Amino acid sequence: MTQPRNFGFGEDETILRDSARKFLADHAGVEALRRLVARDHTVAYESAVPPAPWDETLWQQMVELGWSALAAPERAGGLGMKMVAVAALAEEAGRAALVSPLVTALFATCALRECDTPAATAALRRIAGGEAMALAMTNDRGSWAVEDSDVAAAPSADGAELTGTACFVQDARKARAFVVAARGPAGLGLYVVDADAPGVTVLPDRVIDLTRDQARVRLAGVRVGADRIAAAGDAGAAALRRATPALLTIVAADMCGAGEWQLQTTTAYAQVRKQFDRPLGFFQAVKHPLVNMMLAVDQARSLVYNAACAIDSEPDQAERFARMAKASAGDMAALCSGRSVQLHGGIGFTWECDVHLWFKRQQHNQLLFGDAAYQRARLAALE
Amino acid sequence: MDGRRDTPEQAEFREYCRRWLRENRPPAPAFRLPEHAIEVMTEEQRTYLCAWQKKCYDAGLVGADYPKAYGGGGHQGFQRIASWEMSALGVPYMINVIGLGMAAPTILHHGTEEQKRRYLPPLLSGEEIWCQGFSEPGAGSDLAGVQTSAVRDGDNWIINGHKVWTSLAHFASWMILLARHSSADKYNGLTYFITPIAGAPGVTVRPLIKITGQTGFNEVLFEDAVIPDRLRVDEVGKGWQVAMTTLLHERGAAENAGSGGGQSVEDRLAALIALAKRMPRNGGTAWDDPVIRDRLMQIVVRVEGFRQVFRRARVGALTDHPMRIPLSSKLLISELNQDMAALALDIEGAFASLYLGDERAPDGAEWPLAYLNSYGITIAAGTSEIQRNILGERVLGLAKTK
Ligand SMILES: Cc1cc2nc3c(=O)[nH]c(=O)nc-3n(C[C@H](O)[C@H](O)[C@H](O)COP(=O)(O)OP(=O)(O)OC[C@H]3O[C@@H](n4cnc5c(N)ncnc54)[C@H](O)[C@@H]3O)c2cc1C
Repeated sequence: MTQPRNFGFGEDETILRDSARKFLADHAGVEALRRLVARDHTVAYESAVPPAPWDETLWQQMVELGWSALAAPERAGGLGMKMVAVAALAEEAGRAALVSPLVTALFATCALRECDTPAATAALRRIAGGEAMALAMTNDRGSWAVEDSDVAAAPSADGAELTGTACFVQDARKARAFVVAARGPAGLGLYVVDADAPGVTVLPDRVIDLTRDQARVRLAGVRVGADRIAAAGDAGAAALRRATPALLTIVAADMCGAGEWQLQTTTAYAQVRKQFDRPLGFFQAVKHPLVNMMLAVDQARSLVYNAACAIDSEPDQAERFARMAKASAGDMAALCSGRSVQLHGGIGFTWECDVHLWFKRQQHNQLLFGDAAYQRARLAALE
Repeated sequence: MDGRRDTPEQAEFREYCRRWLRENRPPAPAFRLPEHAIEVMTEEQRTYLCAWQKKCYDAGLVGADYPKAYGGGGHQGFQRIASWEMSALGVPYMINVIGLGMAAPTILHHGTEEQKRRYLPPLLSGEEIWCQGFSEPGAGSDLAGVQTSAVRDGDNWIINGHKVWTSLAHFASWMILLARHSSADKYNGLTYFITPIAGAPGVTVRPLIKITGQTGFNEVLFEDAVIPDRLRVDEVGKGWQVAMTTLLHERGAAENAGSGGGQSVEDRLAALIALAKRMPRNGGTAWDDPVIRDRLMQIVVRVEGFRQVFRRARVGALTDHPMRIPLSSKLLISELNQDMAALALDIEGAFASLYLGDERAPDGAEWPLAYLNSYGITIAAGTSEIQRNILGERVLGLAKTK
């Protein structure tokens, strides 16, 4: 297979992107975002249990728009849309610094659709229908290798029993269920665990990114029936490996949307803020970094669309292209974050100024599924 | 910077400082001490740090180079030794950074005899905290654009305006204030004042929240605040020249009057390396990762380079332009600190997502906090961009933008 023209971006994808941008601008704009997460800084970082506010009504609206069903195959009640569409939607989520389990649901979907089991299909159906689900696969060392779970799965008469802790679980408190990677005698499998199942404890982290909700999920002898084993034996590891390009591409797309927001917002500021009787953008010391941001966003965005397209049509190139996209997005995010604060000057150093929300989201995004140096190391292994 | 170039008296003073600091360094308090003056400061931090500055002052480690008549030690070339030894030992920093670093040298240079005798002693001892009211919402990099007005009324001046990002104003007794007495001339329409802050009628201090989520600086509003003419510094219309003296000190072009203490860049580097040896990465530690190692070694070279640049600056024969190195210092150190914190976050990996209050956050989330705060330093006291403009124009002789 070779890649289609236009990165596979056709009418459906354009409509999805444009309507998503409009919907999020109308319902999840900066004002709404600030009301949700930045309203009171003392609550944000200092309370006993860190807050994880989100707008559940908005989530239901997104479900109605079909966003939670986007990546799921039609056999599981999904829309089966191409990865370019998924990337376009994730990009809009990043542009809005969206507080929602959307991106996490897309992660879980991408992992589950690689498992050819009734349990996986049932779980995909739940997500498509609007039940938020999160992927729980990272250990307490923060390893980015997909096989490194610390959760143990002991086979039992009617399924399995899970014990251990999954760390750095995104949107843990918004999720109704977790797709848990757990290690059994045969290898790594994937298990669907309801958040309110006996033996599940969610221990929220205090995170720097106000748009994120992250936690440790502790599983103490949690019983999982056979009908909830999405990937048995060692099939989970293979499924996660096949899903990795999609996971990387989704995060990188979110980063590109956020980077574009940082570029646009900082450029707009450089046009209105005057010093020395000139708009800031008059000075090359301001102009050049803005253009560098633009170049970086464009490179990362193109790599993201290329990766998405490869997932759809050139699977043997997908990992390579997806790691390139995440590596490029990582460098871009670091640049755009730093420059957006610096070029706003004193204002940019305050809580009042919106740029910090995207700065912190980008910082967090850089870590998800591996930073840029990690991606490049894995790329080297593929060459 | 080190003992090799000390005179015998200076060498003796250095020994004294070391001994005194070792014997008198205060026990670590139960609460978190700020690393820098732009960090959050609670009342308990203030009390602790003020007491520490007073103790150092009484021992002769602060204000060492100021004339005795103004509460100083009456020496020459002693202050840099005391400040260096304080940083080397990593004792708590001197709380009155703006007073010591900027207000004191400005008053010494431009103040009246009465002003020097009244203001310098309690400034040096830390009994009166100072802040700097230069920036305004509309005037940051372009400092001469300040609009806060000073209108003459007999023996008084009436002040109206809005200062912003004012570090330490919440604790300050006094402010050095740049205000406009005439709108006819951008530069010559400025006059420089000493202004009472705490409890002064017509003065409101409002805390601002920093990007870190903590308080740390403020906005200060003047509504018909009255200050007597004897608090004017230098002549009416000379405000810009006086402010240039302040900025020369603020931007590192002059030896500090005696701030010191706080964590040194060497200490931070050691902490960074220790972090790398501890944090897991790719099945080993971050220290085992060649990419991380290379980046760490780049920092090691930069830190040593920073030290040696400043050693060399003391050797006249090896210095090409008198302002070349002094003006570079703030730029170099602020960007070095920013890059160190950024690397720390990469070393922490997934753990860098954890922030203040999370018990699993490495080093109590000190590095994410330092990374956020590092932008305060590349912006405050002349942004990195403005510092580069100044170096380009003053040292390299490039054409001026204006
Ligand atoms: C933590 C902190 C503490 C502070 N404490 C104090 C204090 O105690 N007292 C006080 O008076 N002020 C204080 N300030 C204010 C500080 O001095 C100003 O923020 C700073 O001078 C920049 O001005 P600005 O914020 O108006 O940015 P702007 O001047 O609006 O600059 C915005 C961006 O444009 C760039 N830029 C502007 N002009 C040029 C040019 N000619 N060439 C190239 N680039 C340019 C800047 O580098 C910056 O990146 C503090 C600021 C911070 C962040």
